[in-house]
Amino acid sequence: MTVKSLSEKLNLKILVQGDMDREVIGGYCGDLLSWVMGRAQSGDCWFTVMGNINAIGVCVLADCACIVLCENASLDENAKARAEIQGVCILSSEENSYTLAAKLGEIL
Amino acid sequence: MGNSITLHYVVPGDDFTRAGEASGSVKRTLKDLGFSPETVRKVVIALYEAEINLVIHAGGGEIDVEISPEVVSIVLADKGPGIPDVELAMQEGYSTAPDNVRSLGFGAGMGLPNIKKYTDEMKIDSTVGVGTTMYLKVYNN
Repeated sequence: MTVKSLSEKLNLKILVQGDMDREVIGGYCGDLLSWVMGRAQSGDCWFTVMGNINAIGVCVLADCACIVLCENASLDENAKARAEIQGVCILSSEENSYTLAAKLGEIL
Repeated sequence: MGNSITLHYVVPGDDFTRAGEASGSVKRTLKDLGFSPETVRKVVIALYEAEINLVIHAGGGEIDVEISPEVVSIVLADKGPGIPDVELAMQEGYSTAPDNVRSLGFGAGMGLPNIKKYTDEMKIDSTVGVGTTMYLKVYNN
């Protein structure tokens, strides 16, 4: 399933349009960056409330497919700018990470 | 070794907006050179953690990376406060990061354990009040 398809099925807002054709093969929930960095897998959809510039770095280095900011968590301006430069797809939802991950589990 | 590439980075202290630049650069270089995704992932996770440590704990530092077809060797050197108890610092969950750093999502006490997990060789030389040098190797597979 592509990021674009995921955003439609989970009714996500698109904050930064990166590579929407990237394949999503799994999911990961977490807000501690080192924890996520060491455990998220390439191609994961990362559910978090962490919308700072370092989250963009972690997403790129861990090779996640996209970031979903849960519960309308804010995206810092410099994080948005970095995501646009690096082509990181950032999506947003008012729902929490549990609800979103459960939905992802059903459609993957 | 004749066919190796060396890279050098200066990491400024306390600037979280630039943390990750060296890791990102090394990632692009390794990908361009055709290293396996698994090797690239191991190197960049370890390097990013080490780079963040330089920013959080050491007031910055310098990174030297040597890339050969067989192995990626990294040396990180700083003139920070040093690590009083390396064994304790290596334990998962142990952290001395201040609250402002934790609010950014760091300080989980996973930095050094992650570095250990993703490298094939890891050595720390640290003297309190003088600084820390860390030597890392990841073999290409």
